[in-house]
Amino acid sequence: MAEVTMTVNGRQVSRDVEARTLLVQFLREHLQMTGTHVGCDTSQCGACVVHVDGKSVKSCTMLAVQADGSAVTTIEGLASGDTLHPMQAAFNEHHALQCGFCTPGMVMSAVDLLQKNPSPSETEIRDWLEGNICRCTGYHNIIKAIRHAAGSAA
Amino acid sequence: MYDFGYHQPSSLSEADAALNSASDPLLMAGGQTLIPTLKFRLARASDVVDLCGIDELKGIREEGNAVVIGAMTTHCEVAESDLVASRIPALASLARGIGDPQVRHRGTIGGSIANNDPAADYPAGCLGLGATIRTSKRQIAADDFFGDTFDTALEDGEIVTAISFPLPEKAAYAKFPNPASRYAIVGVMVAKTGAGVRVAVTGAGHGVFRDEAIELALNESFSVDAVDASGVDEEDLNSDIHASAEYRKHLIGVMAKRAVAKANS
Ligand SMILES: Cc1cc2nc3c(=O)[nH]c(=O)nc-3n(C[C@H](O)[C@H](O)[C@H](O)COP(=O)(O)OP(=O)(O)OC[C@H]3O[C@@H](n4cnc5c(N)ncnc54)[C@H](O)[C@@H]3O)c2cc1C
Ligand code: FES
Ligand code: FES
Repeated sequence: MAEVTMTVNGRQVSRDVEARTLLVQFLREHLQMTGTHVGCDTSQCGACVVHVDGKSVKSCTMLAVQADGSAVTTIEGLASGDTLHPMQAAFNEHHALQCGFCTPGMVMSAVDLLQKNPSPSETEIRDWLEGNICRCTGYHNIIKAIRHAAGSAA
Repeated sequence: MYDFGYHQPSSLSEADAALNSASDPLLMAGGQTLIPTLKFRLARASDVVDLCGIDELKGIREEGNAVVIGAMTTHCEVAESDLVASRIPALASLARGIGDPQVRHRGTIGGSIANNDPAADYPAGCLGLGATIRTSKRQIAADDFFGDTFDTALEDGEIVTAISFPLPEKAAYAKFPNPASRYAIVGVMVAKTGAGVRVAVTGAGHGVFRDEAIELALNESFSVDAVDASGVDEEDLNSDIHASAEYRKHLIGVMAKRAVAKANS
């Protein structure tokens, strides 16, 4: 067992975990924060995307011990109180989800894109979402929502 | 995934000590290949030695006529480096095409070449540009580093520390990606160097290789029209659900033409 300490959505947490504990397991099973989803568990689908030290990563492909000392942001950390994050609001408004399973990862990935590139083109958005799979929406409204959140929609 | 002991050394000598004191250790870089492999129980380790805390393995610098990239440099850092973009844009564009943004945030150049996946991009980058692989023990020319599928010249416990890329006159990388994984069905790095043209092919065979027929043709004339067919034997190429050997052989020529066009533009 190893003790890991990290800041999750601004709150410092410490737990004893096995070295093999994945970051996503740490979040879901140790902290009971189930907003971050596991779709494939094989690094393909992006349902598990969170930010570690400001960068989007697949939390099913990172160990909790690798995030020791880091700042982690999950989907639960985006809204402030009852006010949705602009990206969440855009997803809501533009019907960018159906079953909602991919949505936490889509939103976290999209938020990271806008940090890097505040007004991406449609091609840049589609390219960025390479690692996020949605089996419901056909992506179209996800792209629309991200363009609106970026203020770049025509 | 079976449990293991976890070590985070802060220097190469501490890493050596951790490797030597473990019965069955594995090195970890970005974990983008290793963690899935451990999950599938295709590999098992008594101990995982994580290289993330070793500063001397990080960073991109210019040394004489070469760009030197530390083994723990992520694909994203290479893709976004101003130095790489200005000196060897082909390498920046290769890194930008690996996997997806989340894989590029964690995956490293050292992990990619040590793994030597037969469809990975960096092996073609290293072989095509005539790079030198620096390890904790020695320096190895890319021509001698890459073996068949997942095999390299690395010995047990030998750590890749950096890769030194000599500046080419011109170079470009063209990849026909598998639409699901983004790994190369065929990827070709073409480089015009002081010592002649080098053409390295990934994805098509059992490991990265140089295409001598295309090199010969491009040495005559470095132009799209000079590229005819690949010189490799179809017997030596992969056939699988993604593409037949015949199709892969054809793609080598097409990707080589695209790379030359990009290099000349
Ligand atoms: C969804 C997905 C898509 C991908 N798409 C592509 C793609 O399009 N193109 C591509 O090229 N790759 C692709 N990859 C692979 C990716 O580039 C990996 O990052 C890379 O293969 C391994 O790098 P890593 O740093 O994660 O290494 P790890 O997974 O940590 O290690 C890989 C192997 O290398 C060894 N190792 C690591 N560092 C060193 C070192 N410094 N010295 C000696 N041995 C070392 C480890 O022991 C292990 O055996 C993809 C991966 C995923 C998950
Ligand atoms: S659950 Fe992590 S990528 Fe699918
Ligand atoms: S909304 Fe169902 S998977 Fe995307």
